[in-house]
Amino acid sequence: MELFINQVLAGIATGAIYACMALAVVMIYQAIDHLNFAQGEMAMFSTFIAWQLMQWGVPYWWAFLLTLAFSFAGGIAIERMLFKPLAKAPVLTNVAGFIALFAIVNSVAGLTWDFTIKQFPTPFGSSPFLGSQLISTHQAGMIGVTVGLLILLYLFFQFTRIGLAMRAAASLPESARLVGINTSWMIALGWGMASAIGAIAGILIAPVVFLEPNMMGGVLIYGFAAAVLGGLTSPLGAVIGGFLVGVFENLAGTYIPGVGNELKLPIALALIITVLVLKPAGLFGRPIVKRV
Amino acid sequence: MSSVDEVANEAPAVEAVPKRAMTLGYGTSLVVLALLIIGPMFVKNFIVFQMTMLLIYALAVLALNILTGGSGQFSLGQSAFYAVGAYTSAILMEHMGVNYALTLPIAGIICFGFGFLFGQPALRLSGIYLALATFALAVAMPQLLKLGFFEHWTGGVQGLVVTKPDAPFGLPISQDRWLYYFTLVVSIGIYIASVNLLKSRSGRAFMAIRDNEIAASAMGVDVALYKTLAFGVSAGITGVAGGLGAIAVQFVAPDGYTITLAISLFLGMVVGGVGWLPGSIVGSAFIIFVPNIAEHISKGLSGAVFGVLLFLVIFLVPHGARQVAIVAQQLIGKLKK
Repeated sequence: MELFINQVLAGIATGAIYACMALAVVMIYQAIDHLNFAQGEMAMFSTFIAWQLMQWGVPYWWAFLLTLAFSFAGGIAIERMLFKPLAKAPVLTNVAGFIALFAIVNSVAGLTWDFTIKQFPTPFGSSPFLGSQLISTHQAGMIGVTVGLLILLYLFFQFTRIGLAMRAAASLPESARLVGINTSWMIALGWGMASAIGAIAGILIAPVVFLEPNMMGGVLIYGFAAAVLGGLTSPLGAVIGGFLVGVFENLAGTYIPGVGNELKLPIALALIITVLVLKPAGLFGRPIVKRV
Repeated sequence: MSSVDEVANEAPAVEAVPKRAMTLGYGTSLVVLALLIIGPMFVKNFIVFQMTMLLIYALAVLALNILTGGSGQFSLGQSAFYAVGAYTSAILMEHMGVNYALTLPIAGIICFGFGFLFGQPALRLSGIYLALATFALAVAMPQLLKLGFFEHWTGGVQGLVVTKPDAPFGLPISQDRWLYYFTLVVSIGIYIASVNLLKSRSGRAFMAIRDNEIAASAMGVDVALYKTLAFGVSAGITGVAGGLGAIAVQFVAPDGYTITLAISLFLGMVVGGVGWLPGSIVGSAFIIFVPNIAEHISKGLSGAVFGVLLFLVIFLVPHGARQVAIVAQQLIGKLKK
């Protein structure tokens, strides 16, 4: 039983990473209706910016804020320059665009900061949390930040005018335009916010997985999986999905014989597909009603 | 977020391509064919090998095109079918001593069955969810091939070495050239079969499903059957391509069939033009040669150069090579007048 509880705790700790990433994925899905395959690389790039600022002697929280501002602006710039012209292109062309962006960001980061693994500091410290060896204070802090972020997003979308405008632009762009919402800028804003949330995710994840250009590869897959599991339309679902994926992955690795690290990912994905087959919109997503 | 009864009135993921626009004209096909036959006679063996790979990837892109361009289903899992085909051929040749040419139909049939079965659960999914499911398949496949349980057959992480076939009847051409012409014949056969498939009743059913699933089922199309059938056909062709690939590369190993391959095939389809079968060879050329060109331009930034080139292509021709072909056709039409 103790083993079980320990594994669940460890799962929640890794789940926090996935939850963070899933939140960023859902944000951009809300704004542009696509899964952004380059999201992980954008987050990685932001994290490198933060690292570089700290190397130059900027204090942690200043670097954190500057990185957020930079990522926000960067996200908007990418949308304006690269993806706005593609807005009318077929969906698959957009996906190809994300793959291209992925290749560019990864390669540029690799050349600028090379592929050696770097330590990334944490503001929370890494001593055991409440005496448990499995969750460090950093991981507890990470869970706290994720939950805090979720609450902030909820408040933003429910109670601010601009949040309402963004929701309107995402769900019915034409009607939103008719009531005077600048839907094009709402999309850009969505990119900026998603990019900033990605930066937070990257900065929180980096102390755990270490900083290097390929650090997001695995995390992004789990982030997608978590987002889809929770339902792509629901930020809360994405966060819960993240924790579920983390816990399940750990339990499968411990209790199913023959599942080493190698098979963890396929098993996690198989679970998600099973859930999707039973509940196609994800656990917390709204089913989409089609007008015939 | 908003109320429960949200209405999604979005356009279909794949735009409608009329049937006639999916193929090449008669004259153009003959010119391309002549180039493909005569070309390899004058070049080095290595280039012949690359042309063989070009045809093989073109087949795999074609298969994806039938699935996505034809029936409107999305797949990031083609590398899994490719791997199954490659391993089927390799195991049959190396463990059972089957002739290489005979392994291809077997690989095709096994992959057809595999794709058909995979299509069953995939029926409930569409769009991004289907993408994730097929993606999961592609991620899982290399791990499954590495399993100790199959190691006797698959050779585990090390993979299998495949012997390259000699030209039969004592023909005085090199192994590479022979393999090229063999691949060419198989590719042409599959291309003609695919064109005919899309022209047939089944092809019309695919396209009806792609354009409007509800209308298709109202017209009496068995949506579930044809969707899984499209998956099966696509997987079958990919399997044949995989088998050919194993023979050409003379080696199969789990790490040759990762998600990167599936993404490449997807890019090939987009660059070639979704739903335009002849574009497959253009797309295949893109995914084989452009990474090399990028590497030439800058070693350290090859990924970035590749990305920029890809962006250029999708900015200039968002509909892929099909758009270029249509423009060229119109120009020629104007010149004739």
